[in-house]
Amino acid sequence: MQDFLQHVINGLSLGSIYALIALGYTMVYGILQMINFAHSDVYMVGAFASYYAAKWLGIENQPGLMTLATLLVVSMLVCSLLGLTIERLAYRPLRKAPKLNILITAIGVSLFLEYTGQIVFGADPKVFPEVVNDMVLADFGRLQLKSSDITVLIVSLISMVALQFLIHRTKVGRAMRAVSQNAAVAAMLGVNTDRIIAFTFVVGSSLAGVGSVLVGMKYPKIEPLMGMMIGLKAFVAAVLGGIGNITGAVLGGLIMGLSEEMVVAYLSSTYRDALAFGLLILILLFRPAGLLGRYQMEKV
Amino acid sequence: MLKSLKAPVLSFLGFILIGVVLEFGFSAFIQITALFVLVNIILAMSLNLVNGTTGQFSLGHAGFMAVGAYVSAYSSQHWVPLPESLGFLNFIIYAVLAGLFAAFFGFLVGQPSLRLKGDYLAIVTLGFGEIIRVALLNMDFLGGARGIHAIPTLPEGWGLSRFMSQYLFGLFWTVTCFFVLWRIIHSSHGRALLSVREDEIAAEAMGVNTTSMKVRAFVIAAFFAGVAGAMSAHYVRYISPSSFGFLKSVDVVIMVVLGGMGSMTGAIFAAILVTLLPEVLRGLQDLTGVDLRMVIYSLALILVMILRPKGLFGEMELPDLWRRYVRRSS
Amino acid sequence: MKKQILAALLSGLFVVGCTKSGDEIRVGEFGSLTGNEATFGISTNKGIRMAIDEVNEKGGIKGKKIKLITLDDQGKDTEAVQVVTRLITQEKVVAVLGEVASSRTKAAAPIAQEYKIPLITPSSTNPEVTKIGDHVFRVCFIDPFQGYVMAKFASENLKLKKVAILRDVKNDYSVGLADVFAADFKKMGGEITSDISYQAGDVDFKAQLTQIRSKNPDAIYVPGYYTEVGLIAKQARDLGIKAPLMGGDGWDSSKLSEIGKDAINGSYFSNHYTSESTDPVVQDFIKRFKDKYGETPDGLAAMGYDAAKVLITAMERAPDLNPKSIRDEIAKTKDFVGVTGKITLNENRDAVKSAVIVQVQGATNKYVTTINPTP
Repeated sequence: MQDFLQHVINGLSLGSIYALIALGYTMVYGILQMINFAHSDVYMVGAFASYYAAKWLGIENQPGLMTLATLLVVSMLVCSLLGLTIERLAYRPLRKAPKLNILITAIGVSLFLEYTGQIVFGADPKVFPEVVNDMVLADFGRLQLKSSDITVLIVSLISMVALQFLIHRTKVGRAMRAVSQNAAVAAMLGVNTDRIIAFTFVVGSSLAGVGSVLVGMKYPKIEPLMGMMIGLKAFVAAVLGGIGNITGAVLGGLIMGLSEEMVVAYLSSTYRDALAFGLLILILLFRPAGLLGRYQMEKV
Repeated sequence: MLKSLKAPVLSFLGFILIGVVLEFGFSAFIQITALFVLVNIILAMSLNLVNGTTGQFSLGHAGFMAVGAYVSAYSSQHWVPLPESLGFLNFIIYAVLAGLFAAFFGFLVGQPSLRLKGDYLAIVTLGFGEIIRVALLNMDFLGGARGIHAIPTLPEGWGLSRFMSQYLFGLFWTVTCFFVLWRIIHSSHGRALLSVREDEIAAEAMGVNTTSMKVRAFVIAAFFAGVAGAMSAHYVRYISPSSFGFLKSVDVVIMVVLGGMGSMTGAIFAAILVTLLPEVLRGLQDLTGVDLRMVIYSLALILVMILRPKGLFGEMELPDLWRRYVRRSS
Repeated sequence: MKKQILAALLSGLFVVGCTKSGDEIRVGEFGSLTGNEATFGISTNKGIRMAIDEVNEKGGIKGKKIKLITLDDQGKDTEAVQVVTRLITQEKVVAVLGEVASSRTKAAAPIAQEYKIPLITPSSTNPEVTKIGDHVFRVCFIDPFQGYVMAKFASENLKLKKVAILRDVKNDYSVGLADVFAADFKKMGGEITSDISYQAGDVDFKAQLTQIRSKNPDAIYVPGYYTEVGLIAKQARDLGIKAPLMGGDGWDSSKLSEIGKDAINGSYFSNHYTSESTDPVVQDFIKRFKDKYGETPDGLAAMGYDAAKVLITAMERAPDLNPKSIRDEIAKTKDFVGVTGKITLNENRDAVKSAVIVQVQGATNKYVTTINPTP
């Protein structure tokens, strides 16, 4: 029983990280209907940005809330700047191009960031600075609640709530929803679509920044290709929950984390990745729009 | 239009000439690069049928390639249907077998998933490719992560060097693939495929069974991907699951998009370019000290997409482009 | 315009390949300098480059300088084949060094064999590699030996009864070691409580570790690379697993303890040498490496250095610099004092050398014992 609870905790904590990254995918998809393959590499750059920032500020060995806040700000700033640049230089010229082109460009940007990262940062793994004091908050024998787990949970919850507020309660959020439903009509009604799209990238990328610090804290090994697999899985999570849907992304992330955990625990560790994708295929076949997504009939 | 067997035979003979030149004039490195060019041409042409002509976005071509490679490698190690002297034909049989297996998988994947559209299809095919890779990692009789090594390659014989028989083997499949696909695209079937790409609802209204059309295109493409996998297995003589990852699929998609969606000669041109470019760029390393190849490659990709969104050839084939060039210059 | 560019590029393909033969010895290296396994390829390359630079500073071999031509294979099998063909037929190298991963050495070695060019791999441990032909050598030990070493150490020195295995299923090195360890450990009367896997690149191992924990093993054998092992150790301690981890030479890097911190302390791994060794060869190597690159060498760098050194001394002994003479001299390598131990190549062209078991203690690896190869 304790092992089962442990598996649930593991799965949820992994899932909340998938969810955080999935949010970025889902936001961009919701507005532009494009898979931003470069998102996971923006996340990688964020991790390196906070690594170098911590080194430069000399706070790599001073865990605490101050460090956490500083690194979060740095990483979010760098990521949103990068996201903005990518959108401006690579995606905006292609706004009217076929979907496939945009996707290939996104893959191109992703490869560009990965390989440039390998040259600039070096291919060897770096050790992420300690962000919070590692301590046990609650101890139930074999079950332990660690401060890092709690931090991950709290920070991701805050970001998700903030995001939800932004989209449903603010003017910008309303404009974002308008653009996502119908960009042309939104533009007619005076929404500056380009600016809204750019803003979406800023928000999505800064979420990647938050994710990078949290992941760096939990798994303190960063390298230029770190975004690849986690990005793919986060994306799958987004599709699972219904891409374009914020709650769906969170739900998808958690399901992904839990199911991966349970597969390893009770079925077979070797098929972990295969089953993640198998689950996705099943869901898509029976509910093509994902769990919470609305399937839109194509109209003539 | 190409209406008889004359064209295939002529082009086959023409390419043999290139092979002879390669055989006597160039080093083994250029030769093996030429062989990889053939593999990539088949991959690009076959994916072009799905992504270009039919407008369905598949990201799992490497998965079918893996199926083909493993089937061909395994059967060539365990099964010799024809006597030694006909060794060349054995490999054709292995490749056909590889193609059939891959086509079968293509059917299995295509039948349910081709009801999905656009990005969803891309993700499902991507997922399928990954599943194949993970499954191969866990199959001990196929070597798991260790892969299969010492795969037989084409025999010397009939007065041919090994390179020549490898080249002829590849050429046979390239020419077959080209003409089969060319005929399909320029038949009423091809029109039906195109109609699926242009407007699925209209196509359906006109009585085209769109799902069945998509599945057919998918199965044919998978067949040739399997053949390409078989070729690559017999050229490299070593395969492991890591050769068929997600990035390999991306490579093929890049070839198709770079050449121009729906243009077969464009796909061929792009396949040649994508295979040669990294090799050509190796020279740069001496100047810069660091390996910038992939950085340049990805940058070039982005630039092409922005500056020439329709790909290098657009939807046109080489003869069309040539005619247009002549017209413009006169 | 487009055609001109194409023509220029195509001519580039051929021009680039043209070789300038002169008063230099051309030695080729292929490795994964970019891609998933870049960090291993780059380490090896640093070791090899250092060995070659040192010889060149001393005036080279027989009055000729060595020119090292390093080509990147991006960690792909097909590229490895292409690149080695290029090294041999285009760059006209007299010997090839390379590949960390057995898979890519296996893909590329038949070419070296076919053209009768000697190939020395620094760290491909799969037994099949050198069976490819008489031109393929290695300076590392093979999986069966290293797996045996750890099994023996676990059952005889540590007196362990129950061990869990956590293998990297994506990596042929890890799979090979895990298989041998499991077989040998069972033969010695031990029990494998669970044998589960992860994939290189994963960051979360808690699912596997929780499962391992439920069986209460005395130790966990993780024959992977340091890139993952640090995280595995950390998460194992987080889950309250006190059992030590055990591993192979893939662990040898200063990054291991940087990532794993306290969690990895007390764990054991088999290695070629220990940086604690007072042997001047080792100390000298570490010092020069630090001077040159500003970092401590990891195991792969040391192996790369030794592979290059074995080649260099063979070239010095050889009467001339033909690939054939070089091959013959490499085959005669006996009691070569390398950084990673005394290397003697046996009739299978595998290195026969003893393994040491070291225990991780902070940044240093404490020497525990030496296990000699059984005849």
